[in-house]
Amino acid sequence: MKLQRKNRLRATALGALAVSGALVLTACGSDNNSGGDTGGNGGQTKAASNVKCDGAKGQLRASGSSAQKNAMDLWVKDYMAACSGVEINYNSSSSGEGIVAFNQGTVGFAGSDSALKPEEIADSKKICKTGQGINLPMVGGPIAVGFHLDGVDSLTLDAPTLAKIFDTKIKKWNDQAIAKLNPGAKLPDKAIQPFHRSEDSGTTQNLGKYLAATAPSDWKYEAEKKWPAPGGQAASGSSGVASQVKAVDGSIGYFELSFAASQKITTVDINTGGAAPVKASSENASKAIAAAKIKGTGKDLALDLDYTTKAEGAYPLVLVTYEVVCDTGNKADTLGTVKSFLTYTASDEGQQLLTEAGYAPIPEAINAKVRETVASLS
Amino acid sequence: MVSTTQTEIPPARPGGRSRPRPTGRLGDKIFLGLSQGSGILLLVLMASIAVFLSYRAAIAISKDEGNFFTTFDWNPAGSPPVFGIAVLLFGTVVSSIIAMVIAVPIAVGIALFISHYAPRRLAAPIAYVVDLLAAVPSIVYGIWGALVLVPYLEGLNLWLDQFFGWTYIFEKTEVGVARSLFTVGILLAIMILPIVTSVSREVFLQVPKMNEEAALALGATRWEVIRLSVLPFGRSGVISASMLGLGRALGETMAVATVLSPSFLISLHVLNPGGGTFAQNIAAKFGEADAFGRDALIASGLVLFVLTLLVNGAARLIIARRKEYSGANA
Repeated sequence: MKLQRKNRLRATALGALAVSGALVLTACGSDNNSGGDTGGNGGQTKAASNVKCDGAKGQLRASGSSAQKNAMDLWVKDYMAACSGVEINYNSSSSGEGIVAFNQGTVGFAGSDSALKPEEIADSKKICKTGQGINLPMVGGPIAVGFHLDGVDSLTLDAPTLAKIFDTKIKKWNDQAIAKLNPGAKLPDKAIQPFHRSEDSGTTQNLGKYLAATAPSDWKYEAEKKWPAPGGQAASGSSGVASQVKAVDGSIGYFELSFAASQKITTVDINTGGAAPVKASSENASKAIAAAKIKGTGKDLALDLDYTTKAEGAYPLVLVTYEVVCDTGNKADTLGTVKSFLTYTASDEGQQLLTEAGYAPIPEAINAKVRETVASLS
Repeated sequence: MVSTTQTEIPPARPGGRSRPRPTGRLGDKIFLGLSQGSGILLLVLMASIAVFLSYRAAIAISKDEGNFFTTFDWNPAGSPPVFGIAVLLFGTVVSSIIAMVIAVPIAVGIALFISHYAPRRLAAPIAYVVDLLAAVPSIVYGIWGALVLVPYLEGLNLWLDQFFGWTYIFEKTEVGVARSLFTVGILLAIMILPIVTSVSREVFLQVPKMNEEAALALGATRWEVIRLSVLPFGRSGVISASMLGLGRALGETMAVATVLSPSFLISLHVLNPGGGTFAQNIAAKFGEADAFGRDALIASGLVLFVLTLLVNGAARLIIARRKEYSGANA
């Protein structure tokens, strides 16, 4: 008995040691979104010359979409380098959390992958007092479809084929439909393993919108944040899907382009029906976003993307993420910083920075309206 | 239990239990107040958790357009909102059963080895190591599972499919890496080993020496001693240890969320990727859920709460019925 008690004491001590060690380690891993170096962007950290810090002061908290995290990291770093004494903290949780935080009045602005829903706008009127929440398109980006198939270096697919693959209607890589789009490619007789997001995600919703618009007879699901189709496998987050695609031969999945770049995953070229298949790139995504129309009313600049565009070199599978602010009735102590910061992010310089992180700049015609709106915020 | 032969203490009450009277000293009063307060605090805490869960769950379930118990979908953000717990309940129970089937025999084996076979010098370090398994954070198990266990289990899955495919359960009908309920079960089994082992070990160590020696005196081998005196004596303890482990397996979140490829389908083919558990679903959906979606998740949490209560209740019943054996864990 005595021996036993001593053992237990010792085990507890060891356990405590392990736990505290783990705590110390995890403490170092907490997210560091105000300025940490994001992979592959080194060297581009010079202080922005045209940042206007007028009226900016103190601390600004923001929260929302993780899709624009890498862009925010770059912007915040440059902005804080130019405007000393101003601190911006963007918590890249998720669009839903961002909007909830915005409507509770705890953040100066929110990032969101999809425009505010009517009931969310209704909620926002409580916080904005004299106005309401509006969407400002700030970051565009291609959603890359990455694949891993040993022996195949490039792959062209069109929307109906993509829809059937993600709906597990096409099960083998050497299926007729794929072979027809890729003459000359040596497609193996291997099962296709499609991966999707396990949690709700704006990226999933945008893929759904694209497939529903371009392949309505093959994709009959509603475009929602949750993955609608029954088959396939799921992984958590864009990074989770990307690492599964990286690891599993015969897999295919979707994620923001930057994940394809950082994990060195080959992406699918999309046959839009135009002259040639289109590669997923920042430039090509911008061309597709240029075909978008503004559907928001008043100062709201929510976009209606044209997924069926066949324009030369326009990559149609795109995502636009918004910054959500009040048109009028922003909180006095953050208004100056919000205006100053968003003026910078919408500037040519700010938008130019996007291409370096695998995003796409908002086309000039739309961006001009964004700047106008930012200047009029009150 | 206070013995009734002590003269200072009044005879036992009709209920059969006797309770020491406060002596009237200050220390006693403070201690009484403290312990009563803690007891009541615990009840209030549990009650308020139950009230909170029920209230929020009622809001969500009243707006659920599907059947909360039979719908194979989770879409509270859809129009109309539809969500049900069938898949989650199935996944939670199945993965926990797999974990129990694997973990309990191994844990009992380890406990017997530590308490009756191993030389003292070896028993102590083995006991530490098993206890240390409990100190590993579950997310670490998740990462280890995703990076090491999943790739390595693919071979086992193919083997099971080839030789035990006829059982239906081990038939693998879908391609895909081993991100299945079976893998989750194995991971959970590793995670619940320490608690089952250490409680069982304690119980086995408390088998009266007389019983064992009596068996030995009758010429029993060591295995016969264990079978005749140790296992019957320790049975209720092992059951309660298993229930503790089951409680952990039912509620495990991060490890499951990292390893499983969730989907809202029920399939008895446990090697196929897919399925889901309550805790995993809450972790996966909470981030993007709006206020109503959170209420829906809380409703699923309530079901998990009830399930855990039932398991614990069942364990108590089993143990109470076998009280005569138990010296340790009644």
